[in-house]
Amino acid sequence: MSEFVLEARDLKVHFPVREGLFIERRVGTVKAVDGVTLRLREGDVLGLVGESGCGKSTLARALLRLIPPTGGTVILDGNDLGELSRGQLRAIRPEAQMIFQDPYASLNPRMTVFDTLAEPMLTHGRVSREGLGRAVAALMEKVGLPAAAVRKYPHEFSGGQRQRIAIARALALKPKLIIADEPVSALDVSVQAQILNLIADLCRHESLTMIFISHDLAVVRHVAKTIAVMYLGRVVEQGPASEVFGNPMHPYTQALLSAAPLPDPALERQRHRIILRGDPPSPMNPPGGCPFHPRCPVAEPRCSAAVPDLRDVRPGRLVACVKA
Amino acid sequence: MPLLTVENLQVSFHTRNGVVRAVSGVSYSVEKGETLGIVGESGSGKSVSCYSLLGLIPMPPGRIEGGRAMFGKVDLLALRKPELRRIRGRRIGMIFQDPMTALNPFMTIGDQLMEPLRVHEGASRTVARGRALEMLDLAGIPDGARRMKAYPHQFSGGMRQRAMIAMALITRPELLIADEPTTALDVTVQAQILDLIKRMQRELGMAVILVTHDLGVVAGTCDRVLVMYAGRICESAAAPALFARPRHPYTEALLRSLPAAHVGGGELYTIPGMPPDLSKAVKGCAFAPRCERAAPVCTSSPIELKPLGDEHASACVRVQAGER
Repeated sequence: MSEFVLEARDLKVHFPVREGLFIERRVGTVKAVDGVTLRLREGDVLGLVGESGCGKSTLARALLRLIPPTGGTVILDGNDLGELSRGQLRAIRPEAQMIFQDPYASLNPRMTVFDTLAEPMLTHGRVSREGLGRAVAALMEKVGLPAAAVRKYPHEFSGGQRQRIAIARALALKPKLIIADEPVSALDVSVQAQILNLIADLCRHESLTMIFISHDLAVVRHVAKTIAVMYLGRVVEQGPASEVFGNPMHPYTQALLSAAPLPDPALERQRHRIILRGDPPSPMNPPGGCPFHPRCPVAEPRCSAAVPDLRDVRPGRLVACVKA
Repeated sequence: MPLLTVENLQVSFHTRNGVVRAVSGVSYSVEKGETLGIVGESGSGKSVSCYSLLGLIPMPPGRIEGGRAMFGKVDLLALRKPELRRIRGRRIGMIFQDPMTALNPFMTIGDQLMEPLRVHEGASRTVARGRALEMLDLAGIPDGARRMKAYPHQFSGGMRQRAMIAMALITRPELLIADEPTTALDVTVQAQILDLIKRMQRELGMAVILVTHDLGVVAGTCDRVLVMYAGRICESAAAPALFARPRHPYTEALLRSLPAAHVGGGELYTIPGMPPDLSKAVKGCAFAPRCERAAPVCTSSPIELKPLGDEHASACVRVQAGER
């Protein structure tokens, strides 16, 4: 048995870009995920942060083998997912569940809450028909939904309540790992707080192992114990949440933190903001060397020479910057 | 004299499921050169209260039930379509949340930039082209001559938003209405765009109405803030005063529920319940059912936004009575 619930080694997902209608030519490659290594122990909550297009959602999908990786290995609970047959993969799928961003799109509108929650448990033979009612009621209670609502359809619920249903569905099979991809981004502030509290509670009391993906730093900071910051398909900084936020070491993390607006006018007006030049580059045509160097405020000539490795700069802190 | 004075604006939508009172009695003013923030959650009426001034809500089902909006000496709500068209896009500019749907995909950026000048000022192509190039440069789009020939899909999200800002400002409007201008953008790009709006405002001396759900954005950019809930203004104040000492329980709850305010990662404050259904008549304060401090007086007395001195106004009857 491995000590890690999830281990990804040098994971790569490259998408070919084709052009032409009848005769397709391969004109390039998008390196959506380019060599990511992650390890999660039981009870770890990893916050994955990055801007749109940095590959965080692709990474999540590759970890769950919803898309086949181009290279690298993913070991879930001691099983190398790349070496499993389709049947074996199917058998292990219940161990990893996902919560999606948009609770309006991720629930089947024609299934009642009861059916949505019961289906995975029946399919995987986790409960008997007799125990089903009780199992569903227990899930409803766990996510703070009234038991009387089980016969309702998704459209009868608000966004926050729908996200509760999606969370309950992810918990139904008691998975070893949950990946939550922007679970609160579609919600209003007051509802967002409710869902964040629920997720934080579940992580604590059910000792869930979770990858929490978000572009919102304040949200990630609230839930995660460790943080990985992604830029253009690579992890550029990783470490305990308090340290990454308190003392960011990669210039990109520094810029990201300084760009996030704070709800305090006095602080907002006096703090020094790093405003990056330009947009994130296209992952199809990434710059040579450090992918961040064209926008980096402290770049030097040597930054464009080679891609910096993600290395230990001090125990538990990984940074991919030659200057760190 | 204020640049824009809105008095008792009432807008409703007549739908199959009844009359939804989206904005019920909103009054505010915007001074020359100032930035007014309108904050609220989805469905609070913040966008409708701006769109309706420019005739941009679909009618039917929308209907302006009453009120005045004095822009200089003219009442925007009383203007006929051709008269409004001479003001909209010329003296009042507008930028929207999603630049991809707001730009015309079939027109080059250059043609779209020049269009307001050609329509409103009857400028020749050469003159318009010169001004468009100048504007692109101001908006931080390098290599303008080549970019003018590009189509919106060839631009990144941040670039599109810049192009839209350039387009809205090319006629040097006196007022810019920005509806969630950075919600679709990444934080590092958001910082660039907010910076751009502030710089343009200084250079052109225009007033800005910034509609947003993000209190962090408000704290960094706005002079004065209106907080909306269920189609009404519940609090209005100078930005520093609002954040330092909110005088309405809703504003207070909203600020407390932000994850950024909880650096320790403790339990987030949550507002119980949900916003009211605006198709049903609300008796008294619309926030009372969710308010921690609600008293019988909150649902029995009429609710009005009343000044509390130092340009701070609140619609909470208990705050007005000096009970808190």
